[in-house]
Amino acid sequence: MRELVVISGKGGTGKTSLTAAFAALSRNSVLCDADVDAADLHLLMNPETVTCTDFKAGNEAIIDKTLCTECGMCRELCCFGAISQEYVVDTIACEGCGVCVDFCPVKAIEFPVKTCGEWYRSDTRFGPMVHARLGIAEENSGRLVSLVRQEARDYAEKNGHDLIITDGPPGVGCPVIASLGGATAVCIVTEPTVSGLHDMERVIRLAAHFKVPGMVIINKYDLNPDMAKNIECLACERNITVLGRIPFDPGFTKAMVQGKTIVEYNPSSTLTDTVKTMWQAIITSPVMNARGIMDFSQSIKS
Amino acid sequence: MLISVASGKGGTGKTTVSTNLAYALGKRAVILDCDVEEPNAHLFLNPEFEETENVTTKVPVVDMARCTLCRKCADICRFRAIAVAGKTVLVFPELCHSCGGCFRVCEPGALSEGLRELGDVEKGVSGDLGFVKGTLRVGEAMSPPLIKKVRTYHDLSRINIIDAPPGTSCPVIAAMRGTDFVLMVTEPTPFGLHDLKLAVGAVRILGIPHGLVINRSDMGDDKVRDYAKAEYIPVLMEIPFDRRIAECYSRGGLIAAMVPEWKESFMELFQKIQSQVLS
Ligand code: SF4
Ligand code: SF4
Ligand code: SF4
Ligand code: SF4
Repeated sequence: MRELVVISGKGGTGKTSLTAAFAALSRNSVLCDADVDAADLHLLMNPETVTCTDFKAGNEAIIDKTLCTECGMCRELCCFGAISQEYVVDTIACEGCGVCVDFCPVKAIEFPVKTCGEWYRSDTRFGPMVHARLGIAEENSGRLVSLVRQEARDYAEKNGHDLIITDGPPGVGCPVIASLGGATAVCIVTEPTVSGLHDMERVIRLAAHFKVPGMVIINKYDLNPDMAKNIECLACERNITVLGRIPFDPGFTKAMVQGKTIVEYNPSSTLTDTVKTMWQAIITSPVMNARGIMDFSQSIKS
Repeated sequence: MLISVASGKGGTGKTTVSTNLAYALGKRAVILDCDVEEPNAHLFLNPEFEETENVTTKVPVVDMARCTLCRKCADICRFRAIAVAGKTVLVFPELCHSCGGCFRVCEPGALSEGLRELGDVEKGVSGDLGFVKGTLRVGEAMSPPLIKKVRTYHDLSRINIIDAPPGTSCPVIAAMRGTDFVLMVTEPTPFGLHDLKLAVGAVRILGIPHGLVINRSDMGDDKVRDYAKAEYIPVLMEIPFDRRIAECYSRGGLIAAMVPEWKESFMELFQKIQSQVLS
């Protein structure tokens, strides 16, 4: 099983638009949206939900007022300041550590499992998709990322798909960490700006921990061709394959407004040709070989 | 006053708005970069840092000479950060939430406090503007404790501009909670609208007054404006797409520094925020 994870470090570089285009160009793949905190891929895929499952993770403390003697023990022990003067638990601040639950002398604190969101198995015009919705202001996004990736993998294995294309989260924190372990390769979509370069540098350092091979696409390169060169230099230094450059093109936004991928919106444009060439380069690259042979000399260097 | 600048979707121009707003306010303001996974404000404001604080969190360290293998630590830990395996106790520091539970239950006192590095907070100035930046250590998963630390550097005698991380989960909540106003930056596209709705949901849970900046306002469609109208969310500023603005940003420039009219516009934006907070 091969899995390509598309990440960006910085948000808004065109990661999801390109992931969708790759989905349209691929054969026999399963799509996975691991950007669970602000999942957008479905807006281009128009998925038809086959199954919808609650995502349960963690617990939250609830004080039963009828039992509580207001002894103050829980407030004193809670390291997160989640219990008020009136002995009400602030659900947003509660980390679900359960310390208050275990120490309450009269067992007045309930500790139910939380439902933090939902995950879906869907069908799209480009094949099956696994995606999720994290509840607003919820925690455990890393666990949900791991869950959707695992479900995508299980589905692909059961149904004879040999490729997973994953839209990864931005940043370098827990959801990204959860999206990198076990990936066959990462494709970084960046832009030639001071922030694009800075954020790419950080996410490369993270990816290097995981010993995955990396590739980079520079979107909107013509906004600053010098910066695009700096990005290519950084990529070379870190053993990352430069797949190419894409000029700034309002076509991506126009396609998005119509709920289409760029290859459907404008099939005969140079932009579509560029994206097709990149996809070919990814899928035929030695690191994405179908037999899953790993070559650590291809890994990103920190 | 505490103003947080947030956006559900990344890359909508949140940092452009927070840095230009802070620049326009100058010595009246402090900017706190709470986008600790990918802090960028310094790239535009080139601050001089005067002090750095290393931020750590407490994790248990086991003294096997005292441990009786009673397993109480493993039983209380909800994060599977400590486990008993055979004749030894294993700690997985990166999973620890520092809740203190294991320390409380270990009767023989076999656990002592070790530290895990979360990242650092740097404090300095950019001209007259106060500048605070949090940077998450690469490889660290938990950003909320670091964000909370950055927030302790606020200066209540000034206007504090908080650059919040993207998304709608716990890191954003840590950055927005308890602020007086949330300025949401979006773009008028389907992705922008979808993520804006989530961000509005988060802001409403927290009950904070909020307003909207629409960036690249002439690209995409009208659905963000329709949504804002239907939900009574004031649109406080629109920034049209302009290649020169995009190029200026790509080099790390500030439009408020380059074009005086933009500085004016950001001052007006602040006045609108102020009247929203007071009303
Ligand atoms: S520890 Fe239990 S009894 Fe004591 S204040 Fe808390 S909930 Fe009430
Ligand atoms: S479960 Fe933990 S965080 Fe939540 S209220 Fe109890 S002690 Fe505080
Ligand atoms: S401090 Fe809390 S989270 Fe950390 S190991 Fe101990 S019980 Fe687990
Ligand atoms: S609670 Fe203390 S004594 Fe018991 S297993 Fe854990 S470290 Fe050892």
